[in-house]
Amino acid sequence: MMADSGSSGEVAVIGNTDITSAESENNFINTMVERGTALLKKMEINVAEAEKRTGKNTMNMQETYTVYLIETRPAEAVPEGGTPATPDCLWRRYSEFELLRTYLLVTYPYIVVPPLPEKRAEFVWHKLSADNLDPDFVERRRVGLENFLLRVASHPVLSNDKIFFLFLTEEKGWREAVLETGFQDKVDSRLKSLSAMFRVKNPDKRFTDLKHYSDELSTVIAQLLRVRARVADRLYGVYKVHGNYGRIFSEWSAIEREMGDGLQSAGHHMDTYAASIDDILEEEEHYADQLKEYLFYADALRSVCKKHDLTQYESEMAAQDLASKKQQKEELATGTVRVFSLKGMTSKLFGQESQEQRESRLAALEQSIQEGEELLKDKNTECQEFVRTAWEDIERFKEQKDRDVREALISYAIMQISMCKKGIQVWSNAKECFNKM
Amino acid sequence: MSSPTVPADFSGHMLDLDEDEDLEVFTKKTSMTDGSPMPNSPSSMVNQYGLDEEEEEQGTSTKDIFITVDNPESQVTAIETFIMYRVVTKTTRSEFDSSEYEVRRRYQDFVWLRGRLEESQPTLIVHPLPEKFVMKGMVERFNEDFIETRRKALHRFLNKISEHPILSSSEHFKVFLTAQELTPHRKQGPSFLSRMGETVRAVANSVRGLRSRPEEFVIMQEYVEDFSNKISSMDKVTQRIIKEQKEYLDELGQYSPTYTQWAGAEEELAEPLKGMAGCVELCNKETEELISHLADVLVPALHEYVLCAETLKTVMKRRDNIQADFESKSEALAAKKVDQEALKEEVDALADRVELANNALKGDWSRWQNSMRTDLKSAFVATAEKNVEYYEKCLAVWERFLLSQRTEPSEEQAGEDAS
Repeated sequence: MMADSGSSGEVAVIGNTDITSAESENNFINTMVERGTALLKKMEINVAEAEKRTGKNTMNMQETYTVYLIETRPAEAVPEGGTPATPDCLWRRYSEFELLRTYLLVTYPYIVVPPLPEKRAEFVWHKLSADNLDPDFVERRRVGLENFLLRVASHPVLSNDKIFFLFLTEEKGWREAVLETGFQDKVDSRLKSLSAMFRVKNPDKRFTDLKHYSDELSTVIAQLLRVRARVADRLYGVYKVHGNYGRIFSEWSAIEREMGDGLQSAGHHMDTYAASIDDILEEEEHYADQLKEYLFYADALRSVCKKHDLTQYESEMAAQDLASKKQQKEELATGTVRVFSLKGMTSKLFGQESQEQRESRLAALEQSIQEGEELLKDKNTECQEFVRTAWEDIERFKEQKDRDVREALISYAIMQISMCKKGIQVWSNAKECFNKM
Repeated sequence: MSSPTVPADFSGHMLDLDEDEDLEVFTKKTSMTDGSPMPNSPSSMVNQYGLDEEEEEQGTSTKDIFITVDNPESQVTAIETFIMYRVVTKTTRSEFDSSEYEVRRRYQDFVWLRGRLEESQPTLIVHPLPEKFVMKGMVERFNEDFIETRRKALHRFLNKISEHPILSSSEHFKVFLTAQELTPHRKQGPSFLSRMGETVRAVANSVRGLRSRPEEFVIMQEYVEDFSNKISSMDKVTQRIIKEQKEYLDELGQYSPTYTQWAGAEEELAEPLKGMAGCVELCNKETEELISHLADVLVPALHEYVLCAETLKTVMKRRDNIQADFESKSEALAAKKVDQEALKEEVDALADRVELANNALKGDWSRWQNSMRTDLKSAFVATAEKNVEYYEKCLAVWERFLLSQRTEPSEEQAGEDAS
């Protein structure tokens, strides 16, 4: 552990290159726990198991799906000699996680909401099953879901959310509780923000830059994942072909006298070499998962930017609307028509309106202007608030990303080191056998 | 020159059946020292010459002849284009008038030499030549890689001959190494027709079948079959490994530009990402070197023994033919009533020939096996060493990266405190 200046959540730098990826994962989780949100101070969260279920879906058809066991237990230290408290647990399926996340996205549009593990296996190299029910995929998803919960639980804002707490603790009534929040209404607005083709007049440079960054991040990580899958495929081929040496050496040793023993034992080492690639590539999946998380985080980042655009756009629209109303009022008051309006045209064509009519119209406009000013004030405040809270979370996110990516690169290096050490071992052994030929 | 004859007295000596009557040649096999001081001792020659590792391994304590094949040059005539190789010989052997020779030879010359060696010693195992053509991949005769591969194989061929206790005393070998013009010598030798005759007889004999092959040759035949299969498989697998490695290398090459691109979009992360890009690039280079090594060391060694296996099969057939010849004449003798005297002599001569052939093969067999074991062992050991080296170098690359990342966080910490 690196010397800590006392700030919470300093990264535990790995001081030992023999650390396995499981240990690295643990370090990762410990980091998040150290973040020390109120929630995490209270409880430990695990996604402990996965199980297959069959049941009827909404269309009354039989389907097979997987459920995940969420365990929570009080985060107190266990007294000496005592057993840890039995955890509370409940089962959730992936779609419920999705619902939770949608709720969070809509309720906290200014937050970079942690992503879920992928819905379907992508960027696979050919040996890995792309089937959602494949046990390896399910296991990696289990880990990903736990990671998601810990991310949310360690977030300064999200961890305080009531619905999130219920998700962890209320199996039955949760769905109703979510729907009761009425977040569905906001879903439409969110969809609008994501898909709308509107132009902001004075874009905030920071958000424009951030959007470009999130695009770049998406592109580059997707590319990296594609390359990784192809490289994994090729490396698999290289190692496995060496298995043929094992077979041939074994057969060949049978017809040789002096060379036989050396060939035979070298053959065993070639078999070992060929077999070793399976574990190596399995570990590397972990690295791919870490990259994927940030690929999806890039999407979350992008949607915050888009939401900001919408907010600013609405602000600008409100201002524009107000300006035009004020203009109308001025014209009405002074009797000049500077701006074309239908009313103006019709009055020109069909004669001036009466004083009464004019005054009632003015009054209506006044009212409208007042409302408009209120609206503009609200919108501006909303925008400013959004910018403030969003930027705070973005800074937090940037630091998290820098730390996490660096950790991922370090653990990748550790994996490579482990792979090299295995290679040295096997080939040194083989060399000794060859020397005995 | 007369056709190959069988000297009457065999008595355990390995024979050179050509004109060389210098019996010292035979004793050179058993005692390597010559007694008289050399102007250039073999050891000093080693230092001057810069031997390949492979030659040093074979040479044991004394090597009195050093041959190199190098400097391929294209020759263009009106009829054809071909490559001439320079063959340099340095020797202390007394049957050579000079201690140094330099001649130019083409592939056909090597083919001639080998043919003569085989003729003179039909049941000795004469090292194979590189193939005339390359069937797959590069078919270009003048492709640089092809020429270099061929040159190395020709070099090995001559050195193998020079190490053979009997073949290295061959007059043809000497002529090949020393004569400025080989063509006049090439015109001599058994006519095409007589060689045809042999082939026809051989076919006839194989159709007739052998009465019984001596046990040891049955075993040898089985071994040759199995060995041939195994070595061919080894060759194929190794080619496949190279292919897979090359494809791996291609994909690996995509990592570096991607990491670099990412580094361009980051601030804090730019340094570690660039570090990653650097690491994968270095690993790339190491992979390239590993592939080169496989292609330069293991593949030629295996391929050479694939060709050897074919040579062994040929030698075994020849031995069978010699035995079949004897058996058929023997039967004729038993059947015929007239001309018994003449036939008896012929049969006796053939009986001797069989014994000679069998002993020659038996003797050469253990020499060949030893040679094969040594050659392949050295190639396998070298391959294993190269793989170890490959992983060690890659290990160093990643450990350096790891080290660089461990010292970085102190900067991060300062940044953290400031925020």
